[in-house]
Amino acid sequence: MAIFLTEASKVIVQGMTGSEGTKHTTRMLASGTNVVGGVNPRKAGTTQSFGDVDVPVFGSVTEAVDKTGADVSVIFVPPAHTKGAVIEAIDAGVPLVVIITEGVPVDDTAEFFAHAQDKGVQLIGPNCPGLISPGKSNVGIIPADITGPGRVGLVSKSGTLTYQMMYELRDFGFSTAIGIGGDPIIGTTHIDALAAFEADPDTEVIVMIGEIGGDAEERAAAFIAEHVTKPVVGYVAGFTAPEGKTMGHAGAIVSGSSGTAQAKKEALEAAGVKVGKTPSETAQLARALLS
Amino acid sequence: MDLFEYQARDMFEKHGVPVLGGVVATTSEEARAGAQQLLGEEGGVVVVKAQVKTGGRGKAGGVKLARSADEAAEKAGEILGMDIKGHTVHRVMIAAGAKIAQEFYFSVLLDRAERRYLAMASVEGGMEIEQLAVERPEALARVAVDPRTGIDQAKADEIVAAAGFPEKTSPEIAAKVAAVLQKLWHVYDQEDATLVEVNPLVLTEDGEIVALDGKVTLDTNADFRHPDHAELEDTAAADPLEAAAKEKDLNYVKLDGEVGIIGNGAGLVMSTLDVVAYAGEKHGGVKPANFLDIGGGASAEIMAAGLHIILTDPQVKSVFVNVFGGITACDAVANGIVHALEILGDEENKPLVVRLDGNNVEEGRRILAEAGHPLVVLADTMDGGADKAAELANAAA
Repeated sequence: MAIFLTEASKVIVQGMTGSEGTKHTTRMLASGTNVVGGVNPRKAGTTQSFGDVDVPVFGSVTEAVDKTGADVSVIFVPPAHTKGAVIEAIDAGVPLVVIITEGVPVDDTAEFFAHAQDKGVQLIGPNCPGLISPGKSNVGIIPADITGPGRVGLVSKSGTLTYQMMYELRDFGFSTAIGIGGDPIIGTTHIDALAAFEADPDTEVIVMIGEIGGDAEERAAAFIAEHVTKPVVGYVAGFTAPEGKTMGHAGAIVSGSSGTAQAKKEALEAAGVKVGKTPSETAQLARALLS
Repeated sequence: MDLFEYQARDMFEKHGVPVLGGVVATTSEEARAGAQQLLGEEGGVVVVKAQVKTGGRGKAGGVKLARSADEAAEKAGEILGMDIKGHTVHRVMIAAGAKIAQEFYFSVLLDRAERRYLAMASVEGGMEIEQLAVERPEALARVAVDPRTGIDQAKADEIVAAAGFPEKTSPEIAAKVAAVLQKLWHVYDQEDATLVEVNPLVLTEDGEIVALDGKVTLDTNADFRHPDHAELEDTAAADPLEAAAKEKDLNYVKLDGEVGIIGNGAGLVMSTLDVVAYAGEKHGGVKPANFLDIGGGASAEIMAAGLHIILTDPQVKSVFVNVFGGITACDAVANGIVHALEILGDEENKPLVVRLDGNNVEEGRRILAEAGHPLVVLADTMDGGADKAAELANAAA
């Protein structure tokens, strides 16, 4: 098992024929992902070669789903076209849509999120690295060669901190590592991932990485206290971030006294989560639980 | 991006939200001319208002009444240059005086938790909304807004009803307020705002609804469809290093510290700042000097541009480069650093602690060791690198 993504997942790539899409489709195929098609109306009916694999290009997501039975779509299109691409995937009935694109206007995200909720579609992202169930499937831009399958479940707002934590715990391996993204509105939250890891028999220890801005970590802490029986280790980035400045991620901003790292750390600790001061200390805490 | 009040006022006017006359001034003379224009033949009062992106300016003495153009010039002279919570006043707005019968509150904003929008309204305006929300939460109506349908007639009616406008004012006034809320929604929606707040929204003695003060935050991710928003940016107030970084498309935030930071990925860089601050506690209290995320690619040109900005900061005593090689492997990052140091030449005159981890790390470290730059120190771990950079900054301070 793993969460959200398994060896059975059939993946299509919206934006596959673009430079980012091509680069990452190559990497996804190399790590064993079952990429069954790409979408580009102007190249419909052609195939794109990735080494010894030819991937068909379809004219629409609906056509791709009809012909391949795809159940995951990953989106690598520029911000101005992201809303259209996500809505197309939702309307085509794809149950899981992973949006890698950074810089999507939050009004677009709010609109396509509302649409996804109406249709019962799960979104991951935007502005995220995607997710990997090592040895099974890899959707997005997470490097597949950091580590293999194992007992740790990881959920993080940050891409590079995801990679860092996978690297720190590479000798244990991961059931699934998921980057949920750093935007103010994201489709899958810490809570969604925590609930899935709690239900996943392969996951023994959960690592949760948060950062300044909003109150997602505080809400996750309340959820953990109520619903999570597995041990959770946490890390929060941004203790030194000044008030009112956006730190790289559109959602990473301390407003007045809300959204601080200190408040998030305290909320997690009150819920029984061991919180590390640095990524390596956090990894040590997880290590102690796994050994 | 937060707007100044006068920019919000102009944006409201553009979308048909009723506002009073207002003229921005940067000198007493401009204030006099502005007041003259607003007072005209009839006279009356104008309000001289400090333009700062923070609250509490009234209490700080940044809002003053004037009954003549001369008095407006005098008050502007007092307010210009004033410091309000660390913000220097560079502009004032001369606003037409209003005969206020009643004050209300309205805002629409992003609700991150519910992942939609939230409208808030109250018939009790004028006071700090945080205070109202704590002291009399029942007086502040909160109504969820669907991003796809927004505040249409039905939603506007729902909001004014929830806030008790029909009973506490009159059905006629409630209808007028509802009409203004729909126009304020146009500002929120069509300008890609994440906050539109009017405090106070007033009923004048003539029975008109007017937005007397406005706060607008714009989503910079939507700049590509709003080329006109570029001119709203307060370039004069920006830190010179931040401005230079922005020109190079670098994601840089200036902080008050001695250890320059470069990393890849927003989360890792935020984390690096924290780890350096902890390490600094043992080394004379040195702190991180900046946030700088050079992104996943970490090419030589971007590395050189980033190092250039950091080395220009006179406060910086050492630099910590903290990169996790993911898609871009460590050998490529190491080559980027070596090449960046060649580009910079003698400009690189401060100790540079480099920590690489991840993909192909041995080759990356070998490349840096072989280049043997005299100021480059290699670190094995993030914590170790932070400690070394803090130690070197403290030694040079």
